[in-house]
Amino acid sequence: MDIPEGLLYTKEHEWIKIEGDTGTIGITDYAQSALGDVTFVELPQMGDELKQFEPFASVESVKAVSDIYAPMSGKVIKLNEQLSTSPELLNQSPYEEGWLVVIEISDEKEKENLMSAAEYKQYLEGLSA
Amino acid sequence: MSYVPHTREEVKEMLKAIGVSSIEDLFADISEDLRAKSFSLPEGKSEFEVKEHLERLSQKNNSFLISFLGAGFYDHYIPAVVDALVSRSEFYTAYTPYQAECSQGILQTIYEYQTAICALTDMDVANASLYDGGTALFEALMMAFRITGRNKVIIDGGLNPLYQKMLFTYTANLPLEIIKLPPQVGQVERETLYQHLDEKTVAVVLQNPNFFGTIDDYTDIVEQAHSVGALVIVSVYPIALGLIKTPGEMGVDIVTGEGQSLGLPLSFGGPYLGFLACKKQFVRKMPGRVVGATVDKEGKRGFVLTLQTREQHIRRQKATSNICTNAALCALRALIFLSVLGKTGFIELAKLNYDKSEFAKTVLKKIPGVEVLNTPTFNEFTVRISEDANEVVRKMLTKRFVPGLPLGKFFKDMNNYLLITVTEKRKKEEILRFAEALNDAINL
Amino acid sequence: MQLIFEKSVEGKRGIKIPRSDVPEAGEIPKGYQRVKAPSLPEVSELDVVRHFTRLSRLNFSIDANFYPLGSCTMKYNPKFTEQIAGLSGFSGLHPFLPFLSEDLVQGALEVIYETERLLGEITGMDAFTLEPLAGAHGELTGLLLITAFHKYHGQPKRYVIVPDSSHGTNPASAAICGYEVIIIPSDKDGCMDFKKYKERLNDEVAAVMLTCPNTLGLFNPHIKEIADLAHKAGALMYYDGANLNAIMGKIRPGDVGFDVVHLNLHKTFATPHGGGGPGAGPVGVKKELASFLPVPRVIKKDEKFVLEENLPHSIGSIAPFYGNFGVILKAYAYILLLGKSGLISVSEHAVLNANYIRARLKDYYHLPYDRICMHECVFSAVKQAKNGVHAIDIAKYLIDMGFHPPTMYFPTIVKEALMIEPTETESKQTLDQFIEAMIEIARLAEENPQMIKDAPTTTPVKRLDEVKAARNPDLRWKGE
Repeated sequence: MDIPEGLLYTKEHEWIKIEGDTGTIGITDYAQSALGDVTFVELPQMGDELKQFEPFASVESVKAVSDIYAPMSGKVIKLNEQLSTSPELLNQSPYEEGWLVVIEISDEKEKENLMSAAEYKQYLEGLSA
Repeated sequence: MSYVPHTREEVKEMLKAIGVSSIEDLFADISEDLRAKSFSLPEGKSEFEVKEHLERLSQKNNSFLISFLGAGFYDHYIPAVVDALVSRSEFYTAYTPYQAECSQGILQTIYEYQTAICALTDMDVANASLYDGGTALFEALMMAFRITGRNKVIIDGGLNPLYQKMLFTYTANLPLEIIKLPPQVGQVERETLYQHLDEKTVAVVLQNPNFFGTIDDYTDIVEQAHSVGALVIVSVYPIALGLIKTPGEMGVDIVTGEGQSLGLPLSFGGPYLGFLACKKQFVRKMPGRVVGATVDKEGKRGFVLTLQTREQHIRRQKATSNICTNAALCALRALIFLSVLGKTGFIELAKLNYDKSEFAKTVLKKIPGVEVLNTPTFNEFTVRISEDANEVVRKMLTKRFVPGLPLGKFFKDMNNYLLITVTEKRKKEEILRFAEALNDAINL
Repeated sequence: MQLIFEKSVEGKRGIKIPRSDVPEAGEIPKGYQRVKAPSLPEVSELDVVRHFTRLSRLNFSIDANFYPLGSCTMKYNPKFTEQIAGLSGFSGLHPFLPFLSEDLVQGALEVIYETERLLGEITGMDAFTLEPLAGAHGELTGLLLITAFHKYHGQPKRYVIVPDSSHGTNPASAAICGYEVIIIPSDKDGCMDFKKYKERLNDEVAAVMLTCPNTLGLFNPHIKEIADLAHKAGALMYYDGANLNAIMGKIRPGDVGFDVVHLNLHKTFATPHGGGGPGAGPVGVKKELASFLPVPRVIKKDEKFVLEENLPHSIGSIAPFYGNFGVILKAYAYILLLGKSGLISVSEHAVLNANYIRARLKDYYHLPYDRICMHECVFSAVKQAKNGVHAIDIAKYLIDMGFHPPTMYFPTIVKEALMIEPTETESKQTLDQFIEAMIEIARLAEENPQMIKDAPTTTPVKRLDEVKAARNPDLRWKGE
């Protein structure tokens, strides 16, 4: 299971990469593998305000729909348009080409509620145990 | 009689395998106080007796009338192949095609049906069917509600009053404001409509031809609606689409309709066929089942139920609709009907309806006390008569004519109006006799 | 197989349209005309016959295959009822006729009136409407009635309770009716967790929707207590009749506290499923709710059947007319044919058949709730999944053996679920063949799992790429 360093993680298997006051959000390798082949991604609108740990997008496979929860609060300033025609990017490259949105982080302190790569790894081990 | 095939010996063996001594033991969980307090039904009868009973009941209905009754539900000829082919029990005793590999027959017919509905309406995509034209309209409205996130709906008064009633019933508990324009025999009063159209409007709901038979071109309404971000939903009569401008040509967003006229018997109100088609961009908001083409692992074309994540069995309370069972066999009837008529036959059928109806208009116009309202129509038109329509109906029935629908049943101040339908089944001679009888009923 | 559209040849004709006996009327006025002819197929009548006959042969069906699809009650559909629905005195009847004169349709109105009474006696309800056009439509109707009832009593409510094992239509119907859904988990016996139910029940709950027996095929012995508590809290009890085939003559929903029920005539009452419809979903209510039923109602007045349109408390209309009359006719004929003992025998043998399969397969497949079941039993393929053989693989291998698979992956609370509902019309010989096939699959799952995973191999197509279908939807033929 790929868990890159430097990202922050949620218990619902999302990641956020913080760069200055913006954050790029996606789902983890574990999440994409659990979902199976992604067939459709429903993204929020530009300018939508996300709230930490609340659903903001959904990902569909053939027979399941899963909500995606925001790792941190903030305003959506960029969407991954490629996902509308190539949802498989979520499976192929969850941490790079398969990112979902970029937000303008509204409260930096919220990152204290997230896990580091090491913590997330441990969390996953706990799940499978 | 219960079609249970077991012998007494077999039942014993089965009970033994289960490890109980009687069938009653299997119901041991149901305590005495929960047991049925009564079950007083008649004892069973033989097939022969039941058939005889129902034949007798069927004869208590009067089906030997010459009918000019339509009003959304039409008596068209049903080619024999339609009944012959839908009677194949490989179709009618199958379930919803969840297991694609052993359901390619029904799946392919649905894909073809979706194609045919798109061809008729000039729309991008269609679903696998809904219950009837009225529920299809409600589903379209819910779909528009989800797409726009707004809450005001404008319903034209020319929409079938039964469908209006259904829409009001369904939306009674929803945060929707419904504005109903006054009924009007002629074309939609644009001014009145535009007064209500604004940035809060979910959709404008129209019908073509409208309930009174009048045809219209809604292109201008579509443009106006789109300019404020509202959608346009139109309910259509599919046979009319052989001749009249299609919703696709008008730029309509969602099209629904009653498919009964496409090879389904009138059958006292059902089963019927609701169809729904829309623009491509709304496909994931569409209700109901949808069949898609794909390939098997060897690259061969095959068909599957697809986009199932919209549906209740997966998305549960967040589904685009609660529909499960639809009208697959009725959709198959429509597909066979359209196939055997074909491109040319379908247009000819529509033309024949139009010609007969126009002929009837010219004949009826000559009767003193009958005014044929002057609007463009397809095979149905409204007349004003100098007498109470119910009275005329009563007199006409004694002469074995069903003279149409007395509109006073649905609209105040229309007690003197009849909605008259002329399908291809009405012969010239019947139309002439009908005119004569109507003349007698009014002027004698 | 080619599509009917792909068989099209320009200029070919199917059925002949009669020559017109009236003068030609000229064209539809300009601006209202269709611009481009619809691209319907151009084929001969025999082309059509052969096309659809061949397609029909690519289908499994009750008439050709054992079809133990759980929750769907795929029993034999008697042939004589098809003839009855086709009688011209019924099939040719225009639904607006009674608006002109009820004298024209006395036979049809009698069928509706009598069917309502029979269903009332079968379920213990006081009044029925046959308007709902399918099961889910019945649920929506029932919830509209419940809403009207609460509003009438000045207590509009917010929530509907459903167990996690419920059919997806239950929460979906509740949502369409404007309710928020409260989901109660199942307990270790497979029934709705009674303690959690008590905790979540409150005076803002409009209805508790239950399937009884539930989707695990299990009877909930606490049904009366659940109903009593609901009533005390001001909620009504809704009975999802999808599984009525298990209990006819044994329990009546109306006797154990249910206030509203819907039935699926295309399940319990043997009307065909039609490859996904049409069905019929009549709704029955207790007398407290009868005045809210949709109009028109068929009533008997001086030995004549008439339509009652003006009921001030009615919710309105949920179908254009009186329901799927053609389906109702078949169910009516079926009930008359079977009669009291026939219907009791249906449920007894449906339960016998399900338990026979349960007993004979439980050594081979994991049975998550190991107790006497009602009309269906739910196995789990977890044992086989360890070797990579999942419920779906078992399903596909069954197809190769000529059986329609059971319902898979439902109820969702059972991992790798295989939900088997044999129905009463299947013989012991058929059940034995199916059981042998399942045992064979269990053996193969140990010895040669790949063989199962390669299935089906005997069908017109192999396993289909559902991911491709959902990613790039191709929903109609667009020409070459």
